[in-house]
Amino acid sequence: MAPFAVFLQDPDFIRVLYILAFICFILGLRFLNHPRTARRGNVLAAVGMAFAVVATLLIEEVGDYGLIALGIAVGTAVGVPAARNVKMTAMPQMVALFNGVGGGAVALISWSEYREALAAGGNPELETLVPILFAAIIGSISFWGSNIAFGKLQEVIPGRPIQLPGQQFVNVALLAVAVGCAVAIAAGTESEALFIAILIAAAILGNMVVLPIGGADMPVVISLLNAFTGLSAASAGLALDNVALIVAGMLVGASGSILTHLMAEAMNRSIPNIVAGGFGGVAVAAGAGADGDRGPVRSTDPADVAIQLAYAGKVVVAPGYGMAVAQAQHTVRELADELEKRGVSVDYAIHPVAGRMPGHMNVLLAEADVPYDHLKEMDEINPELPQTDVALVIGANDVTNPAAREQRDSPIYGMPILDVDKASQVIVLKRSMNTGFAGIDNPLFYKENTALLFGDAKESVAKVLAEVKEL
Amino acid sequence: MDLLTELTILVLAAFVGFEVISKVPNTLHTPLMSATNAIHGIVLLGGLLLIGPAEGFLTEALLFIAIVFGTINVVGGFLVTDRMLEMFRRRPDPRAATKAELEAGAAAPVEDGAEPAPERRAA
Repeated sequence: MAPFAVFLQDPDFIRVLYILAFICFILGLRFLNHPRTARRGNVLAAVGMAFAVVATLLIEEVGDYGLIALGIAVGTAVGVPAARNVKMTAMPQMVALFNGVGGGAVALISWSEYREALAAGGNPELETLVPILFAAIIGSISFWGSNIAFGKLQEVIPGRPIQLPGQQFVNVALLAVAVGCAVAIAAGTESEALFIAILIAAAILGNMVVLPIGGADMPVVISLLNAFTGLSAASAGLALDNVALIVAGMLVGASGSILTHLMAEAMNRSIPNIVAGGFGGVAVAAGAGADGDRGPVRSTDPADVAIQLAYAGKVVVAPGYGMAVAQAQHTVRELADELEKRGVSVDYAIHPVAGRMPGHMNVLLAEADVPYDHLKEMDEINPELPQTDVALVIGANDVTNPAAREQRDSPIYGMPILDVDKASQVIVLKRSMNTGFAGIDNPLFYKENTALLFGDAKESVAKVLAEVKEL
Repeated sequence: MDLLTELTILVLAAFVGFEVISKVPNTLHTPLMSATNAIHGIVLLGGLLLIGPAEGFLTEALLFIAIVFGTINVVGGFLVTDRMLEMFRRRPDPRAATKAELEAGAAAPVEDGAEPAPERRAA
């Protein structure tokens, strides 16, 4: 072999490439901390990935390049159009789906590695076997759980919690089956059937755990599954003796855990609570109980809204998933521009979990060229709301629900909310009187200072905008 | 490499992950989740490592699917993140002029956020 080729295949050279990849990953993540550098950070992380892939392809034992090229080509052919064409509103689903295939890859790799070991003469050593089993369980849970999360957000599967009788018991039993089979293999049983049983039990568990979780908790679930996939990748790295997998997988495991924790904290929910399910089930019951004393709702029309907005001093817009679905962000910005021309100050109140993911609203509003400094986070805007003339709630529901402050029996009691009801006037743009994603009734709609404007958010905002221009 | 060396690396990587990420503002949570999601697509390497020595149709098929899945995770993940972040790039602020007029007038002062305010003022 030519000396150059020998140099390229030198394990030390490959390790150096891996180190370059780690530097790219870590710096990339650091750049992702700031809006100005975030895009560069993402590109840097992608460059790191390219280093890692090229380095791995150089490893001497790697072969079957034709099949590898075909696999990468097919994956690219599927991934690129999916990422290119997805609508901004459907981003969370897309992330869930990409996370799912990652988990699926981990499960498949651990299965193949176990098959290879069996073909080579039997169970591998424990220090390889245990990570394989761990990766199989977590990878399979992550794959199926993410697919269910995708289905729920895409509304292929009803977003409401789906409860099955004896759910908790079944889940514990499934986990026991998966772990039991894993222990049996680790104890020395050589059986591919047992390994497949692990994958299947974990698959059903993934389905069962995510199905009963209500839509409001879905961001936390996706983040949790993201962390899980990272951990399973790190575990696969231990099994394969591959440093790149260990480092990158663990970086994701750590970041995903933090993000999950931050989200759960913002909703005043505990992660075990969410995973145990039952949010929506309780919610529907409590909502029904509170129905008795609610008053009539007051509906309004665009002309009226336009007058209130145009003659206000301070307007706060509270956007939610309804704005995302209706693609109303551009029209909302036009309305804000028009109001600002008239001397009205317009800010946006961003609840940390408005929409379907933290930061969802920021992304949409940034798309519509709304400057960052007009986007105010909950803690910053809440003290300003009592001095606000008009709070304009566009397709947000649960994050503005005062029941979280007032009703002790409400399932969302204690969750921090945007105090829009403290504004002098509240105008809620809403498609219908349906409850929000969490399935909880919202007392905000029945308050005296609240008026509802029914209709598609974009159309409603456009009508209001036209009326404001008339004034 | 022996197990303890690997575990050392694992633990240190976890701490780096915590440190690097705990400072991300809310605004960037979705892109961050998406970018880390793309990074765990590194499992692709597992498929690359195993498919050469693999024997038997089923094993090869499983690894082929794993490579396809891993590639979708990596390529799709980074692209989707880039699309999200594209929206954060600096553009002429259509409201800058209006805002300046407002601040000069009697209207409520508009606070400058901590984010990219300096460049905006320069623009």
